[in-house]
Amino acid sequence: MTDSLLIPIIMTIVGAATPILLAALGELVVEKSGVLNLGLEGMMLIGAVTGFAVTATTGYAPLGVIAAMIAAAASAGLFGFLTLTLTANQVATGLALTIFGIGLSALAGENYVGQTVDVFGSVFPAALSEHPVLRVIFGYSPLVYVSLLLVAAVSWFLRKTRGGLILRAVGESDLSAHSIGYSVIGVRYMAVLFGGAMAGIAGCFYSLVLTPMWAEQLTAGRGWIALALVVFAGWRPMRLLLGAYLFGAVMTLELHAKAAGFSLVAPEFLAAMPYLATIAVLAIISARKAGKSLAPACLGKPFKPSS
Amino acid sequence: MKTLTRRTILKTTAAAGALPIIGSSAFAADPLKVAFVYLGPIGDHGWTYAHEQGRQDVIKKFGDKVQTTIVENVSEGPDSERVIRRLAEEGNKLIFTTSFGYMNPTLKVAKRFKDVKFEHATGYQRAPNMSTYNARFYEGRAVCGTIAGHMSKTGVAGYIASFPIPEVVMGINAFTLAARKVNPDFKTKVLWVSSWYDPAKEADAAKALIDQGSDVIAQHTDSPAALQTCEQRGLMAFGQAWDMSNFAPKAHLTAIVNRWGPYYEARIQQLLDGKWEAGDTWWGLKEGVLEMSPYNEVIPADVQAAAEATRTGIIDGSLNPFTGPIKDNTGKERLASGALGDGDLHKMDWYVEGVQS
Repeated sequence: MTDSLLIPIIMTIVGAATPILLAALGELVVEKSGVLNLGLEGMMLIGAVTGFAVTATTGYAPLGVIAAMIAAAASAGLFGFLTLTLTANQVATGLALTIFGIGLSALAGENYVGQTVDVFGSVFPAALSEHPVLRVIFGYSPLVYVSLLLVAAVSWFLRKTRGGLILRAVGESDLSAHSIGYSVIGVRYMAVLFGGAMAGIAGCFYSLVLTPMWAEQLTAGRGWIALALVVFAGWRPMRLLLGAYLFGAVMTLELHAKAAGFSLVAPEFLAAMPYLATIAVLAIISARKAGKSLAPACLGKPFKPSS
Repeated sequence: MKTLTRRTILKTTAAAGALPIIGSSAFAADPLKVAFVYLGPIGDHGWTYAHEQGRQDVIKKFGDKVQTTIVENVSEGPDSERVIRRLAEEGNKLIFTTSFGYMNPTLKVAKRFKDVKFEHATGYQRAPNMSTYNARFYEGRAVCGTIAGHMSKTGVAGYIASFPIPEVVMGINAFTLAARKVNPDFKTKVLWVSSWYDPAKEADAAKALIDQGSDVIAQHTDSPAALQTCEQRGLMAFGQAWDMSNFAPKAHLTAIVNRWGPYYEARIQQLLDGKWEAGDTWWGLKEGVLEMSPYNEVIPADVQAAAEATRTGIIDGSLNPFTGPIKDNTGKERLASGALGDGDLHKMDWYVEGVQS
């Protein structure tokens, strides 16, 4: 494979990896706080349609991204209200949020089907971003660099800051955190809203960068891959980064290999790979001794301090 | 005529992903209840959208004599059986299931509901109360192939394909045969994306094909993502199922437009008259279930004329896209002379010379 091919291949992998990285990073923080939000797909779609609509109306993509974050975070807030304040079942509510997001985004986007916006351009000068070789570093949408910075920021926050410690405490032992005076519900709300905002950016990445258009179910199930990725990464941001690029490579390499005239494995097999890898990781995790599980101990359990 | 009530039915199923949304409308005195099962969202601007336009034609023509119900986003396979059975139970008398993967589920339900008529698109299984219908998309693909043969500078087309079923295979072959008639060295590179609708993957497939030298992209998937990629890269592409030119004003050369309306209207009229009979309908450009969207002005006049010659030749019967001699892509001669019959096409599982899959 020649250099001239390698660069476009790397660029497609980055393109495929970035949105699932963004969405999974948000979900990681949510799950670290002990909440399981299966509504990623729905929030991504709400973000995708909002980002597209605002960009198409104002012509300014950064505004679209901000609006997408707000809209998706608002839908996450609704999830938070149902599961945290009303202690509804998180799995059922998350699935409902996905269905809600699919429907709402289709409704809201009806008038935007068939419109186009300018691609969210590069922040670097054309000499770098369109250079045949250097574009492999400089040729991406600003959101790609944002996603990398966010991975570093989340990793630092969880490991090195007091806030991160509290968040993890809430996720590992909600009653202990509560008894020493932390607001479990408050922390979880913040995490859920952050997760929503991240899903919003991820959604935008589809509607503004990868395929700058709006069509129903534009994300085509990537939210589920992002959910799998969180488990695959063992709830660790840096592994999440690796995992996202691995999933991105799995999703696109076969296309390049086949276009070049050789086939590695059946495309159906590769489409199933992210899920198979996740199941394998889950099996490895559960094969370890009890107590060494990587999942936050309170994941998915509603917090009811009075009971 | 708008959908009056629209309720979302949340079924307790662990199947993650899109659950069907059932929209139903209620009208006065005993209208004929007709249901449509859709593969994608009606906003896909492709396959499902085209069927939805057909339904709109039906509503326009029959008014409150029919009451239509749609179910969107029904995944192929066992899940669809539940949806089809439910529609039959709800009193629909004519049910159109609009994707290949609904074939066996439709047949199963048809055997249980003898008084309900079923119409399955693009399949080959039939029953006394189950018809099949399809359009000769390959005719449109031959027109696209003619244009591609003239327009491609590299002589390599990329073809984004969904699943290797005869329907898709014959499209690839018709496209390639027509292009090779113009340019005998023409090649078609096929990429399977294992999905009918996945915009991001379709775009990635287009990029991979372009990076390998394709300068014109054809697709048998339903989103306009590949067209958009070609627009960005300044290349050419063909739309699928509907005119997609607003997504790619420069790249969009033409599109094969599906017009199911004439067929749906005919079948509903037959049922209303008590003349409905099970059968197999395979209409094409001639009957108007297939049209080419306006040719892009970037196509030179002589190429447009060549495309028109292909189109009119198919309509008047003087031209068959599958006329021999045809060799397959292993070099074996498949047809010495004459033309392939419908039976051969329905079973097609080989590629013509020039296809790289």
